[in-house]
Formats: sequence, structure tokens, C-alpha cells
Amino acid sequence: MTLATTAPAFDRDAYLRMDLLRLLTCGSVDDGKSTLIGRLLYDSKTVFEDQIDAVKQATLRRGGEGADLALLTDGLRAEREQGITIDVAYRYFATPRRKFIIADCPGHVQYTRNMATGASTANLAIVLVDARHGVTEQTRRHAFIASLLRIRHLCLVVNKMDLVDWDEGRFEQIRADFEDYAARLDIHDVAFIPASALQGDNIVQRSTHTDWYGGPTLLHHLEHVHIASDRDLIDPRLPVQWVIRPQTEDDPDYRAYAGQIAAGVFRVGDEVCAMPSGFLSKVKSIRIGEQQLDQAAAPQSVAIELEGDIDIARGDLLCRPNNKPQVGQDLDAMLVWMHDQPMTPGKKYAIKHTTRWGKCMVTDLRYRMDIQTLSRDTESQQLALNDIGRVRLRTTTPLLFDPYRVCRETGSFIIVDEVTQGTVGAGMILGEAD
Amino acid sequence: MDDTLHHNSMQERLNLRINHLRALEAEAIHVMREVAAEFERPALLFSGGKDSIVMVRLAEIAFRPARFPFPLVHVDTGHNFPEVLTFRDELAAKLGERLVVASVQEAIDQGLAAEDPGPEPSRNRAQIPTLLHAIETHGFDALFGGARRDEEKARAKERMLSFRDAFGQWDPRNQRPELWSLYNGKIRTGEHIRAFPLSNWTELDVWQYIALEGIDIPSIYFSHEREIVMRRGLICPISDFFPVREGETSERKTVRFRTVGDMTTTAGVESPARTAEDIVAEVAAARTSERGARLDDKTSEAAMEDRKKEGYF
Ligand SMILES: Nc1nc2c(ncn2[C@@H]2O[C@H](COP(=O)(O)OP(=O)(O)O)[C@@H](O)[C@H]2O)c(=O)[nH]1
Repeated sequence: MTLATTAPAFDRDAYLRMDLLRLLTCGSVDDGKSTLIGRLLYDSKTVFEDQIDAVKQATLRRGGEGADLALLTDGLRAEREQGITIDVAYRYFATPRRKFIIADCPGHVQYTRNMATGASTANLAIVLVDARHGVTEQTRRHAFIASLLRIRHLCLVVNKMDLVDWDEGRFEQIRADFEDYAARLDIHDVAFIPASALQGDNIVQRSTHTDWYGGPTLLHHLEHVHIASDRDLIDPRLPVQWVIRPQTEDDPDYRAYAGQIAAGVFRVGDEVCAMPSGFLSKVKSIRIGEQQLDQAAAPQSVAIELEGDIDIARGDLLCRPNNKPQVGQDLDAMLVWMHDQPMTPGKKYAIKHTTRWGKCMVTDLRYRMDIQTLSRDTESQQLALNDIGRVRLRTTTPLLFDPYRVCRETGSFIIVDEVTQGTVGAGMILGEAD
Repeated sequence: MDDTLHHNSMQERLNLRINHLRALEAEAIHVMREVAAEFERPALLFSGGKDSIVMVRLAEIAFRPARFPFPLVHVDTGHNFPEVLTFRDELAAKLGERLVVASVQEAIDQGLAAEDPGPEPSRNRAQIPTLLHAIETHGFDALFGGARRDEEKARAKERMLSFRDAFGQWDPRNQRPELWSLYNGKIRTGEHIRAFPLSNWTELDVWQYIALEGIDIPSIYFSHEREIVMRRGLICPISDFFPVREGETSERKTVRFRTVGDMTTTAGVESPARTAEDIVAEVAAARTSERGARLDDKTSEAAMEDRKKEGYF
């Protein structure tokens, strides 16, 4: 087997300029999600020859011809046939501008659980609609979950435009329907793209059928959507993960607090406050490995030395004295339930928030959200698998939190069953219970 | 690391803009520290391959100037490239970290594992009981592995923290949802996890990172001349375990290897790449995926899924 020898010259600077965009794809069954992802991978030349060969063979076996791009990501299809749990799958591709991580969320039974999982780390959501069907219940549900998990950018791909003769009116109507709905949600940046995943129109290549459309192709949009300012550089938060203490002859006194900066910037010389103790100190050094830095920002994983001798452990948090997270044990939160066994108020669970474990109990289920109608069911006594509800929570240890809408990292938590040790719920803090 | 590389890498770090490699690096370090903090006896599976070498580099960033809070574990099949074994020993010595070697040969001698009776003997399967035995002996409850989701369709749904029951088995129905960067490290007695800090890296990311950080890797990754034989269109290295068969003639070729599995199961590629940077360029232009060059995956399309269920890395 021979590799291409006409490789482009190595260009370090080019790939050092690439950033990372995490995105989520959602759509109902048969809207064309697999075809769309296959198209992105194929047209961005992420697919290797042996993979395309495998897809061509599989297409033949299924009685088709050519390469059915949907089969590039057909893992889920096989599962569906076998009735195995359907799960988020991750795919990767890159262009010279960006590396992309796609969380591919199947739109079936386990929908909410899967989509919440994929959405939790996504910068952008692609919501697919079939041009013939327009905005459906399912579309509204996707948009709702995207807004609940605070995905900043949404891209509505109106697919199968070839089946409606590339009708501008149809596209505009779908856009208006969706805008109408999105106005009620907390989503600010929405792009609309008329496309045919099957034929490749407006995915990577510009369509020749859409003279009336002045916007970008999907890939162009993904490459250029501005995500740098989504990062919070104002409120410094470092949940301490690990204390580095070599206690060796070379470094007898070195002690650094290691963790991934959740938000904001830390600079050498900054006054910092350790929570929950409230002790004050100053940043003496910031390191990533052997490199000393003057400053570091989210999401870097760093080791910070402080002046003086203060006692800080895993689960504590560094911030600025005049910019602290809230501290509380009684919280209001939105909770996504992810397990067959329903959540019942009064039961004790383990809870993980930043790098801190504790125990918790739901003291009150305020309402269960009916995602079909977006109405609130206040009669509900429990949250079943894939339910979303607003709850009041009491924790045994105080949490050092920010509202989820301000900071995903310090505003989120998971709930763990104390018997099975499985993750059964995921929560987003609204604020301290009033 | 040479000075210019070091300088480049530092210049780039001082910038607050986080590029894709630094974002992946930060995520992987976060995972390593979480696992180190939440488990009693972690270990790092070290194969001598580029992915496990990158993990070692990340462990340095995560835990230095202190020692790693875990040993390196190598499952030695007895069929490794000698270059890789030398590299392994030198790296462990340089780092001053503990190296645990779990020997497949010993496991076979003790009757824990069996030799593959097939015509193209592979010790891939025999690694499984060897590793599980080592896990039991040392009481490991978390093993860092270098697997990436882009390697294989079966891995696309793999978690960062992947749960194994008391028999080391992976149950696709019983994996925990992973949200945000909140990892649930709670397990019951006898269970353990595999942690994959490089889950979100692609082959290209790994090579870019090796080039950026100036990380040393075994010489077989780079172009060199060696005695090979062509089988089913694949370039197979000649060794004591994989001799020339009747009717075959060996030849000398300039080749390199894209993975460092067993000599019996790793095919070479013809390539002039002499540096990590050459490889970055080559991978960027490559038309054949990495696992395409591993003989054992060709055996069955579902090979990976099967091995994973059995506790393969
Ligand atoms: N005409 C047309 N058919 C499409 C388009 N995109 C997907 N399809 C077809 O719609 C069907 C479902 O597509 P698939 O990608 O498997 O949908 P998924 O269930 O959302 O993953 C397949 O037969 C595709 O070939 C499109 O843009 N135009």
C-alpha cells in the first residue's frame, strides 16, 4: 500500500491557527441526518479510500449503487435493527480553518437523554428539517433542548429542497415558522440554510438552484461562525482538581493547585480568593507542564502556585475576591432524567458538581415540562426517563456555583444512583432557592 | 525537545487564543486528573505506540514536578518490535516512573492464555487474559488507554470513562451518559474502568501534537530500510516469529510503520517520511485509514466490537 507522496508542505502555522468547534446534529428519522454527516465528511475529504470502498460494498449489498453516504455513519442503523440502546456517536472532521467534533444524536426513543448529552458540550446545533414537512413537534423539541442546554448558535438546515423544486417560498415559510417559535426560547444566533444533503447542494458546494439565497453553505457557516466571544473571560473560576506536591529534594516546598479553568483569566500577581474558606492570596506562578505563563484562560488545564501557606484541597475553587460564585445548599434547577427508574422527590442521590461530590435530595418537583407542548405539568409526582422538570434540590455540602446561564461549568451537575453508581440525571442550576 | 520547537510551542501557548490542539490537550489533562483523583489504583497502559507516548507526555504536564500517581503497564506479547522495547525501557528510565510488564509468554506458560492456532498466529487475543490477570494481581481499578473514537466505527460511541464489569467485559447497554466535563468515577467492587483521554483526537491531531511538542517516538515510525515480504498486497516485516514461508521471497524496502502492534500483525507502508512533520503532511494527504494497515482487523469486520466486549484495550 502506498501513501500519496505529493503531500502538501508541512505548515505548522496553519494548523496552529485552527480552533475547535463542537457541534450537535439532530433531526427526526429520515430527515437526512446520516446523509448530511456523510456528505460533510466526504466533501471535506475526511473519508479514506478504504472507508469509501467499504461503503460502496455495503451499498451494493443493500441493492443500491454508488456510495450511499449515509452508510458512512451507519453504526446506529445496525443498532436500531437489533434494538440495542441508541447512543450518541462522535465524528470528526477538519478543514484548514477548524477542527469539528460532531455529536451525532439519534432522534428516537432515548431522544432527550442523548440530545442533552451531546448538547452539553456543543457550541452549535444543526437542526434538520425535511422541506416537505417543515417545522414539526420534533423540530420544536430539538430547539427547546438546545436552548435549555444553552447552545449559543443554532443552524436550521432545510433539507431535501430538491423535493420541493427549490421553492424559495417554501423555505421562507419554514424560516418564518421557526423564527416565530425561537422567539419564545433563549436562542439568539440562528442561521437558515436551504440544502440537499443527497445531492450536496449548499452543504460544502454552493447550489446552482438557489440564486435567491445569499447566505453561506453549511460548511462555510461552520467554519466562520464566531465562537471566540462565547468564552467567558470575565469571571475567573478554577475548581481545584488535584494538588501537586512533589515533596522531593528538588522541590521540597512546591505546592500547586491543578485544574481546568472553568471561566475567566488568571494572571500572575492577581489577588485570588479560595472558596469555601474565603482565604485570600496571590497568584505566584501559572504553569502548563514546564512552561511558565503570565496568564491563562478557560479552558486551559493549569497548575497555579499561590503566595503564602494556605490549605486548599480538591473540590475547593479559586476566584477573585470581588467576583465570587454563589454558595448554597438549596437550589432551583432544571433536571433531565436519564434512567429507567424514575426520580422521586425525597430519595437520596449522590451529586457531582465541578470537582466536588456530595449527597442530595429533590425536595420539590415544581413541574414537569411537557416537551411536546412546552407546557408545565404541575401535577406530576415524578420524572421518568427522558423527562425534564424544574426541581428544588437540597445538598449536604454547599455548592460553589454560578447560574448555568452564566457558566456551564460551574452551573451544571450530575446525579448518581447510590446503589448502582450509574449516572441517572443531569441538572442545570437556575439559582438559589428563594 | 529541540530549541526552535520549544520556542514555537511556547510562543503559541502565550497567546490566549486556544487552538484545537491545546483545547484537546486541556481536555485530556482534565480527564487524567479526574481519574487520578477518583480512583484508588490507576495505571497507564503503555504500548510504546504514539498514542500511549502522547498520554505519557500529557501525564507529565498534568502531574509534574511530582511523580505520576500511577505506574505504566506494558502488555508484552513477546512479538514486539525490538526497537519499541528499547524505547519503552529508556523512556521509563528517563521519566523515573514505575513500569509493570505483563508478559503474554508467561501467561501462556501458566495456562492463563492460549497461543493462536491459526495460520497467521496473532497474540492479540492472548493479551486479554494477560491484561486481566495483571489487573487482578495489582488491583488496578482504572486503566488509561490511548484509544481514539476516530479509529473505528465501533469506537464512535465509546465514553471517556468506559465501564468494565468484574470479568473485564464491556457492556454497550450499560455505559453511563457523560455530560459537560463531569465524569462519574464511582464503581462497585470488582469493576474497573478504561479511561480514554485521547477520545476526541484524530490520527492527524496526534501527529500534529507530536510535531508541535517535539515528542520522541520509536524509530520504526520513520522511514527505514528493512527485510520484508509481500502478503495479500501488504508489506509484512520479517522476524523470528514471522519467517518467510515456502514459495515466498523476501526483499529489502524502505518502509515505515503507522502503528506499533506485534511484528506478526503490523503491516508497513512505503513512505519517505523521516520526521513527525513529514508524517503530519503525509497523514493529511493519506487515502488509507490507519487500521487498514493492521492485519488482525481484516480478519473480521466486527473484530473490534468483539474484542472490545472481551476486554481488549
Ligand atoms: N431527495 C432527497 N433525499 C434525501 C436527502 N437527504 C437524504 N435523503 C434521503 O432520505 C432518506 C433518509 O436519509 P438518512 O440520511 O438515512 O436519514 P436519517 O434517518 O436522518 O439519518 C434516504 O433515503 C436518503 O437518501 C435530500 O437532500 N434529498
